[in-house]
Amino acid sequence: MIEALPYAAVVLHNRTNESGCVPDNGLFCPSWAADNWHDFVTPSLQHLVLVAVPILLGFVIALGLAIVAHRRRWLMPPILGATGALYTIPSIAFFFLLTPLIGRGRETAIIALTVYTLQIIFRNILAGLDNVPAGAKDAGRGMGLTQNQLLWGVELPLALPEIIAGLRIAIVSTAALATLAVFVGGGGLGTEIFTGSKVFNTRLIMASLLVMAIAFCFDGLLLLLQRLVTPWRRAVPA
Amino acid sequence: MTTLQLAPTADFGIFGDAIHLIFHGQQAQTAGRTVGGISAIWDLTLTQLKVTGLAMGCGMLIALPAGVILGHFGRGEFLAISIGNLGRAVPELGLIIFMASAIGVGVLNLTIALTILAIPPMLTNSFVAMRQVDRDTVQAARGMGMTTREVITAVELPLAIPTIMGGVRTSSTNVVATATLGPLAGVLTLGDLILQPAVYGQQGVVAGAICVAVLALILELCLAGVQHLLTSPGLRLARASA
Repeated sequence: MIEALPYAAVVLHNRTNESGCVPDNGLFCPSWAADNWHDFVTPSLQHLVLVAVPILLGFVIALGLAIVAHRRRWLMPPILGATGALYTIPSIAFFFLLTPLIGRGRETAIIALTVYTLQIIFRNILAGLDNVPAGAKDAGRGMGLTQNQLLWGVELPLALPEIIAGLRIAIVSTAALATLAVFVGGGGLGTEIFTGSKVFNTRLIMASLLVMAIAFCFDGLLLLLQRLVTPWRRAVPA
Repeated sequence: MTTLQLAPTADFGIFGDAIHLIFHGQQAQTAGRTVGGISAIWDLTLTQLKVTGLAMGCGMLIALPAGVILGHFGRGEFLAISIGNLGRAVPELGLIIFMASAIGVGVLNLTIALTILAIPPMLTNSFVAMRQVDRDTVQAARGMGMTTREVITAVELPLAIPTIMGGVRTSSTNVVATATLGPLAGVLTLGDLILQPAVYGQQGVVAGAICVAVLALILELCLAGVQHLLTSPGLRLARASA
């Protein structure tokens, strides 16, 4: 069995005085989890950074690109093609292609994850801007709004639901992908998942669940944000 | 006489070493045997494509009929959308190592793990695609006397193909990328180059990354072609004139 497992060889923790479930290496060992939860604090905080920073950077860049593409329609196909090609290059490959150029570490992971988020956010911002009713824009123009005022005062606010939907997809998938940062020494919860030869199921499952918890917390925050910034959507006519 | 100092040659040279490793092979870092070379890389690529194909096949067999049927009847929206959200959040690295350690290594277990990753985008997209079909169009089809089967196959599916294929393409990109982690489950895919720097050296890591990136791009282009072929000629005309 061990020979067949070049990377994931299961080495049981043979600590006989350890209580109950640790030597069994079952699916989940609550007593180990209770004793060792503090091991997960730093990786979790690192993971939060690995998710939040790429999303913020990706949002700012994608918003810039989307506004440019919205104003100059002919720029849309090239930008869409470029972000699409970057999106298709798997993050795991991107990490290792960046390493010889900028070295290992958190920054490498952040750049690769930022690039991954661009396409998702860019597409949704554009879709949101395209779906703004022509009547709303006409009304804005009729009130004498300039192009800029129209964009920031009418078009972007009305596009918010689609923009936030894109951010939610991006943030949840980035939370999962950020575990791969372990391969370039970027830290995060991947360090508790990819532990080399020792696979202790409880550690693996706790780290994976924390990744999912981070994903859903961010997702919930964005949902809350959407409710706060689009009050008009709650005023449903009776 | 000034010599043109090509900036960090040591840094960029590794890409050249990686290309050499892909096409010609090199001495292993530890033992004297030759590793890499185009035929060895081709074998790893085929394995990666095989597990990707298996997982995508299983995933499509499960997700597409389920999504299309749930979408047609407008049932199980919560299920289809939640599985999509939940599935996106599952860390692929954790899933593969967990399958390897708790159940065992091998193609079957890797396929199961990759299938779990493949299902959510296809399920959500095929559900949403069917719901997005204009209700008036469906009403008109019924009014013309079409049966439920005809409404699904002749009206709803052709209109839903772009969104469904969007899900298939997202899934295949994820799956072919994650198949790189195959060696962690005992299946030697292109990830072997990346995960065994002791054998292939740092140029192996770069070579693996190049191969995976190229493979993912080729697969995406192929699926874009498939989507073009699947789109009904009428819709293609409508889009071209729009």
